[in-house]
Amino acid sequence: MNLLDTIIKAAPEAHIVTETDGIQIVAVTPEELPAAAQALAQRPEGAMDFLYDLTGMDWGEEGLGVLYQLESTATGERIILRTQTTDRERPLLPSVSTLWPTAEIKEREAFDFLGIRFTGNPDMRRLYLREDWKGYPLRKDYDATANELTLDNEINADTTEEYTLRPDGTLECHEHQLFGNDDFVVNIGPQHPSTHGVLRLRTALDGEVIRHVDPILGYIHRGIEKMAERMTYPQTLAMTDRLDYLSAHQNRHALCRCIEGAMELEVPERAEYIRTIMDELQRIDSHLLFYSCLAMDMGALTPFFYGFREREMILNIFEETTGGRLIQNYNVIGGVRADLHPDFCNKTKEFIVHLRQVLPDYHNIFTGSIIAKTRLEGVGRLSREQVIGLGATGGTGRASGWANDVRKRHPYAVYDQVDFEEVVRTEGDSMARYLVRMDEIEQSCRIIEQLIDRIPEGPVRTKTKPIIKLPEGIFTASVEASRGAFGVLLESRGDKSPYRLHFRSTGLPLVHTMDTACRGAKLADLIAIGGSIDFVIPDIDR
Amino acid sequence: MKTDEFKNNDYLQRLVDKLNADGAGIVLTTLDEAINWGRSNSLWSLTFGTSCCAIEFMALGAARYDMARFGFEVTRNSPRQADMIMVLGTITWKMASVLRRLYDQMADPKYVVAVGGCTISGGPFRGSYHVVEGIDKIIPVDVYIPGCPPRPEAFFYGMMQLQRKVKAERFLGGRNHKESRPKEETQTDETAE
Repeated sequence: MNLLDTIIKAAPEAHIVTETDGIQIVAVTPEELPAAAQALAQRPEGAMDFLYDLTGMDWGEEGLGVLYQLESTATGERIILRTQTTDRERPLLPSVSTLWPTAEIKEREAFDFLGIRFTGNPDMRRLYLREDWKGYPLRKDYDATANELTLDNEINADTTEEYTLRPDGTLECHEHQLFGNDDFVVNIGPQHPSTHGVLRLRTALDGEVIRHVDPILGYIHRGIEKMAERMTYPQTLAMTDRLDYLSAHQNRHALCRCIEGAMELEVPERAEYIRTIMDELQRIDSHLLFYSCLAMDMGALTPFFYGFREREMILNIFEETTGGRLIQNYNVIGGVRADLHPDFCNKTKEFIVHLRQVLPDYHNIFTGSIIAKTRLEGVGRLSREQVIGLGATGGTGRASGWANDVRKRHPYAVYDQVDFEEVVRTEGDSMARYLVRMDEIEQSCRIIEQLIDRIPEGPVRTKTKPIIKLPEGIFTASVEASRGAFGVLLESRGDKSPYRLHFRSTGLPLVHTMDTACRGAKLADLIAIGGSIDFVIPDIDR
Repeated sequence: MKTDEFKNNDYLQRLVDKLNADGAGIVLTTLDEAINWGRSNSLWSLTFGTSCCAIEFMALGAARYDMARFGFEVTRNSPRQADMIMVLGTITWKMASVLRRLYDQMADPKYVVAVGGCTISGGPFRGSYHVVEGIDKIIPVDVYIPGCPPRPEAFFYGMMQLQRKVKAERFLGGRNHKESRPKEETQTDETAE
């Protein structure tokens, strides 16, 4: 049975709205959504077990709604479910968090931005904004003057709210206790050197053992998605580099691909090669930083200097061609901003030879060391079901046996022309997450080696008009960023700026796994687990 | 950079003029000079890295740029032990109260370095509903280092300007390093958490 039939069998009123990039968008009513979702999640011929993303939308007159991007880990089929409610005063939708645990935190995001309450979600607190925030910023009728900058300390509730719908249509609110009176709660962050940004974790302890981790986000929430609605398409590109700054190229690549796909713009082959090489260099850059930081978080300082020594060489290569070290602003709609520097190919080749020589040193000093082994092996175990349910892509997912590499599953740029292995391990512990990333450095080197001598001649950019208008519709694109699948969802109404631009954060599901991974571990392991899961907070908060 | 350009800073010149105008005893000024020489070469920073600029700051700590040459390499994670706060990255509304509280917890004399476009004016995120448009709305700033993110060389230039400022101050016998705060005192609760 194909996907549409599965949905229609469970939800007779479902119908295809449109299609984007070969993915069908199917509308279902809120009443039928649970049945349709259940049928998809338990479909015998390839269950749609991976909720790629959940995007809250404000369609104005048509009401508020949600798009569920689903994917099957077995067959790779993809579909988008669309549901909406016309009630703007009291928007209610059924929660899907029992089928896909990752929805728990993503529904919180939709509630925070749009005020949609999900009935049956055990945690309906705000996710990013302060608990005393007024209004829902991503609504089109949001009043920007409703809130003022305040220097009062924020008091966080120790309870969460769950809403259920009574048969007569009234709402019922249960309270769940997050932390009891007897819990010993340690607050970590938001200003902590080892949380890789401004993450705050409230950790309930039983002696030294972690019972519960409650991440509090939003300390670097800059409202990028709302800002993008006022920008022209070329302007929106500047925002992506500042999401996950260690995946600057890949993030921008995703947004460029999305806009190019919507415009049906052909990108020159030379630009595709350059983009692929740059993406891989960026991945090496990010993984070197991962290595440095993980070791430093655990108290080893020499690896930090090792990692940064090689990282500076990549930054030099970037700087020569793009002019930027960390934030390069290199991809543009239709190609890349400038041609490669004449020394680029030689320097890159030299760098790879050098990196191959020094990688054994990395392993000698850290990987084999007894301290690293004891602190990483068997700690923070995540099973394959858990990472799929929580949507933890990238190295974290691959360390638990889930082959989720976008480069393999849905190839883009020139990844279908290169030969590389998808590094997958099965242990699922911190050590596996670390080793996956170290092995990926070698695979990235392989990809670059295969491409660097084959870069075709030609233009690097297709000329576009300065003002770009996209046709109406919903467009998506995803790439494999340094730490997981990064996605863009764009709704256009034919204007020069997007109606809604949503980024699938790679880090949000990763932070969500912290609770699962840390339960039962020691408090000291929390930092090592967080380091090995490798999230970047500005990408989560957006 | 030429020496004249490096020294071209009206604000510091005013500080020096004021010091000279007031006059001071030989013993105190000589002691001051010695103390300030020591202070300016061991500036311990409270790192407040919220986003991209923090990664460039880490690059400063590594071998290529090696900020230990200038005495900035000791970073503290407790405000009680820090001489200065280095604000690296966007400050959002949710973060504003935390930043203010950490600043209030620091011991005098204390300095603030605003790094990157976001801390100076909101940078690329100016106009957002959740971004503080310049940290000087919350805490007084001593040195601004522009850039997105600033190059490591720019970091050094800014930090050396701060060293000059420290040297031009009077440590004993009255303080002159503090200009009036931009806003009235806001009462923050220091005991919480």
